[in-house]
Amino acid sequence: MSREEVFEKLNEVFRDVFDDEEITVTDATTADDIEDWDSLEHINLLAAVEQEFGMKFNMGQVVSMKNVGEMADIIIGQIG
Amino acid sequence: MRELEYPFDGELILKKSKRLRRALLEERSDFLEKRIAVLGGSTTHDIIRILELFLLEQGIRPVFYESEYAQYWQDVMFDNPELVSFAPDLIFIHTSNRNITTWPAVSDKTEEVEALLAEQFAHFQAMWEKIAEVYRCPVIQNNFEYPFYRLLGNQEGVYPQGRISFINSLNEKFYQYAREHGNFYIHDINYLSASYGLDRWADPLYWHMYKYACCMQAVPVFAHNLANIIKSVFGRNKKALVLDLDNTLWGGVVGDDGPENLEIGQETPMGQAYSEFQGYVKAQKDIGVMLTVNSKNEHDNALAGLHHPEGVIKPEDFVLIKANWEPKSENINAIARELNILPDALVFVDDNPAEREIVGAQSTGTAVPEIGTPEQYIRVLDHSGFFEVTSLSEDDRKRNEMYQANMARKVQQERFADYREYLLSLEMHGTIRSFEAVYMARIAQLTNKSNQFNLTTRRFTQAQIESFAADSEYITRYGKLEDRFGDNGVVSVVIGRKGTLADTDIYRRGEIPDASDSAASGADVLHLELWLMSCRVLKRDMEYAMMDSVVEACRECGIGTIMGYYYPTAKNAMVKAFYQTMGFERTEETDTGVTIWRYEIPADYENKNTVISVKSTSKDVPS
Repeated sequence: MSREEVFEKLNEVFRDVFDDEEITVTDATTADDIEDWDSLEHINLLAAVEQEFGMKFNMGQVVSMKNVGEMADIIIGQIG
Repeated sequence: MRELEYPFDGELILKKSKRLRRALLEERSDFLEKRIAVLGGSTTHDIIRILELFLLEQGIRPVFYESEYAQYWQDVMFDNPELVSFAPDLIFIHTSNRNITTWPAVSDKTEEVEALLAEQFAHFQAMWEKIAEVYRCPVIQNNFEYPFYRLLGNQEGVYPQGRISFINSLNEKFYQYAREHGNFYIHDINYLSASYGLDRWADPLYWHMYKYACCMQAVPVFAHNLANIIKSVFGRNKKALVLDLDNTLWGGVVGDDGPENLEIGQETPMGQAYSEFQGYVKAQKDIGVMLTVNSKNEHDNALAGLHHPEGVIKPEDFVLIKANWEPKSENINAIARELNILPDALVFVDDNPAEREIVGAQSTGTAVPEIGTPEQYIRVLDHSGFFEVTSLSEDDRKRNEMYQANMARKVQQERFADYREYLLSLEMHGTIRSFEAVYMARIAQLTNKSNQFNLTTRRFTQAQIESFAADSEYITRYGKLEDRFGDNGVVSVVIGRKGTLADTDIYRRGEIPDASDSAASGADVLHLELWLMSCRVLKRDMEYAMMDSVVEACRECGIGTIMGYYYPTAKNAMVKAFYQTMGFERTEETDTGVTIWRYEIPADYENKNTVISVKSTSKDVPS
């Protein structure tokens, strides 16, 4: 899966989870950029991303992930 | 909504919860609002988020109170004006084995383990007792799930020091408490986690990262199971199964294959699966579920299939058998009518997706589960929780008999030209008295599930019912009816409150006076806060007998006026003119359709009921 395809799918997940069709994420997107993205929604978001890509984040990755770009890197690293 | 019916896609629900919530709120407007306090020993945010969806699906609109993280015990035990003013209709305590603080060590002696067990139980018991005293509302309490590792391996449940042994003992103490206390219900996460898969359920990542007691993906299963208890407590259980026959209760088509060639019994794997399913269905009778048949068949063929010698379920197990060539959706409406229940109290079980589709498209609220293949039928019906048991009353166990007796009465009725003569032939005996301890649970149950013959549709918990019974401001009456065909149990409830004519203003708004408003003296009016009757005794003159009893109670404490109120709902049109029938005069109709009725008790009041012999009622009226 190309990085573009990963971002396309991520956009869909973000739009579903935050119920906002306007969202477009980039490498630099963080929780500060999306109003409803708080620590509780974060859990739900990660679960939805895991389901979409059929992969799992481990604890170390969840703790260190800084932005959507790093999230995409982990996804690509796991699904190849 | 299909997305929320078992078997559901939990991950889809988690992901699209906001959209689903919006759609549910748009779907209907007649929600029953309930205030639910969620007191957690772990994070509860997503449990509340998803629980709301499953409750909306059941027609219950929750307002939540959420404890601060892991403050479940403190929230109850210490002064908590916020929770007191929230006035919960129900408290859910979300604890898990992560909240057990007194685990035994392997080196502990058996007596020491016993002491730890007692200490841990006392922690919970103190909290439940405080709730019973302060909040007096139903409580739902998680039991404990098994830990995800076993220090003592396979002997973890054998040695008392093992955590599995400890949890089993603790759970047993919880169950014992539940058996001894009404209004206290166990949410069985021990079963749920096993059914879900303990390793996935207990994924420690969710505890360490977010302080979740179970993994995120298990939250929908959890919330669905919990919502089933809540809707059952608030009277939203289904009441009857409507069953197809061919390829649902047996393999094959009886009309084509002949009864001797049906797959049922121990001869073939498929026959075994159908036998097990028939046994499951038959056992539903014992928890008060009514069984009916809705099949496209000649009636005789249907009976021949049900008389199959290997069959578990027999024609007499059903209260109604509709085997004909009418559309199944019409049979369903007829079944609802004949049982005097609404179509939304039915569950339609049919292997044929096309039939399910047609019935589902009627949108009458009849549940139409996707039952899968024969070996899956039991799991789908069972996990759907349509008939979630929260109290096992004698009435529940006897409901099928009662409805069968009703059918016998109908036959009887056809033999009489004169209706009164028919009523007399039933040899009816009523018992009408102030609320009594043995019937509190049934009375509370009735207030929560009666929709049609219900003037005010006020819902009460058992604790509230008990408090009315103890309060001299109230006149309470329950009515029980027996006849030659059987005992109908408690079928009618009236709650009246003493006051003055000025209180009418409060009732007009659909409210009830505060305790402090109640007239200590000079009460000369009875305001009827509740009048309901089970539809199973319609047209038996029971309402007249209730009226006689209420009038008698009024006269004994010097009350000369009775005020009745009709609050319209989507379901109670049948009693719109009820008070008129009872001889009340309509004094007012508001722009919201509320009607207010007044009855001046005449000095020469004559009993309206002349067909039921009623056991004396008067001595226990509080005054």
